[in-house]
Amino acid sequence: MPFLILIAVLVVIVLWVFGLYNGLVAARNMVRNAWSQIDVQLKRRHDLIPNLIETVKGYVKHERETLEAVVQARSAAMNAQGAAESGKAEGMLTNTLKSLFALAESYPDLKANQNFLALQEELTSTENRISFARQAYNDSTMRYNNKIEMVPTNIIAGMFNFKASEFFEIETPEERAVPKVSF
Amino acid sequence: MWEIIQSNRRKSAILVVVMAGLLIAIGYLAGELLVGPGMGVSGIAVAAVVWIILSLVAYFQGRTIFLAVSGATKISKEDHPKLFNVVEEMTIASMLPSMPDIYIIDDPAPNAFSIGRDPAHAAVAITSGLLNMLDRDELQGVMAHEIAHVRNRDILFMTMIGVMMGAIVLIADITVRSLFYGGGRRRSRSSDSGQAQIIILVVGLALMILAPILARLIYMAASRKREYLADASAVEFTRLPDGLARALEKIGLSVLKSPRINRVVAPMCVVNPLEKTRSVQGLFSTHPPVTERVRILREMNAGPGVSGTFLQSYDQAFRKVTGAKTSSIPASALAQISAILPAAIAGGAGGDESSIDRARETRDAIWKSKQYRYIACDCGASLKVPPACRLPRIRCLRCRTEHMMGDAQASAMSQAGVI
Repeated sequence: MPFLILIAVLVVIVLWVFGLYNGLVAARNMVRNAWSQIDVQLKRRHDLIPNLIETVKGYVKHERETLEAVVQARSAAMNAQGAAESGKAEGMLTNTLKSLFALAESYPDLKANQNFLALQEELTSTENRISFARQAYNDSTMRYNNKIEMVPTNIIAGMFNFKASEFFEIETPEERAVPKVSF
Repeated sequence: MWEIIQSNRRKSAILVVVMAGLLIAIGYLAGELLVGPGMGVSGIAVAAVVWIILSLVAYFQGRTIFLAVSGATKISKEDHPKLFNVVEEMTIASMLPSMPDIYIIDDPAPNAFSIGRDPAHAAVAITSGLLNMLDRDELQGVMAHEIAHVRNRDILFMTMIGVMMGAIVLIADITVRSLFYGGGRRRSRSSDSGQAQIIILVVGLALMILAPILARLIYMAASRKREYLADASAVEFTRLPDGLARALEKIGLSVLKSPRINRVVAPMCVVNPLEKTRSVQGLFSTHPPVTERVRILREMNAGPGVSGTFLQSYDQAFRKVTGAKTSSIPASALAQISAILPAAIAGGAGGDESSIDRARETRDAIWKSKQYRYIACDCGASLKVPPACRLPRIRCLRCRTEHMMGDAQASAMSQAGVI
């Protein structure tokens, strides 16, 4: 009888450890999924830009530099390697787009163009999606890191070599200070 | 987030057990009173069958039925890009596995609801009245609230507990009515109508009247709790309490009621569709008072020094405004440490949009979802032709140019959105 109780206790403990381990794996997968979502949205923004340039080109003939800056920032962002470099390049792209939309303010014809309005909505939404995806990534990272550091999951995490994930941090101080972008 | 869902599940389980207990008691009493002494078990069986049938219908056909009853039409991205984008943004923020379907209801009363048994089968619906009223930030707040209902698994729970309430009300109603109108005959058949039976009759009747009320109270209390939680989760997604607060204020100022939104979907709505906003809202309300919800959200917004997660800050505001000691949010969820990213970038394009533009956008969404043909005339006018129109050609109202209805170019242009 005591032997049976011992076995039952062991089984319960093993099942419990399984549960903790699975929880860790699920949390890690959430982090990975959230990270890939950021990439999806960045790609979406890159894909929208050629259309935007094509629409704007006809209206703002004398503002070549602004358009070229956007095109350059886009290709820099697409070719960037690694999280840090990519973060910087995407920040640049956001800034050049902002100046492009600021420029559009002084072209009433452009502002009335249906295509331009549709693209403006798409880009606004994409900016939102990027920041929501980053927010989701950071939230899931926090949950995962909490699991890794807190008792009792930290023991399992140590045993199976779960590594803490890094938060997404905004590079430039001015972006930190001004969280609201208006096109 | 997971903590919220899990804590909700635990509490839900308790409520479901209580409701099930009520249902069994009602079934037993109905059997005793209607069929005869000792037949309580058959009453329970009947109650179970009623409940199972109602549940199956609600589970598999609930969404279809409610959307049809409220006259909702499904829209695609081309019909209303902004609404579509906002919902997709909230899907990303809430980390739902898939995006809910979007429906518009042609109704001037401002409201919105979500429905569907799980996130994969979820749908959000919004009335044209509400869509006209809100700018982008506010729309985002409302959609975040609806998506929060989806993410927190409120819909399935409220539907299921609503079905139990429905079964209890139904059985109690039938029993009381047949006792009043046909009970005399049945009782005279049993020869020994002793004192014991009269007591059973009286107690049974009292319970028959009390049980539905009790069921409603449980249901409404659960619903109100989940409204606060959905508000808190909405702010967690948007990081912008102001959007939802402004939207709720606008809705609260409206005096229109929504006859098309069914009482069963009421708990999933952003505000209670069945009550005038300024009437007394008490224990029998599915929603907490709008003014109180706005005050809580404003309180959050006011304090720049509020620390911790947005759930924590909502909770602080909730306690301060309502004076409640108990939290609106499960403690396990509050144990999470602060979130990092500052307020998400929200707003933008919608900011300087006039209400006329919004009304046009909404109308277009409804007409396009109803298969209206949009024909762009060279003079800049846009002709909207209802699908029932069978004319071979149509004249522009402004410049009198004739357009062929079968015109390939016109249909291509209307599809490209050049209108």
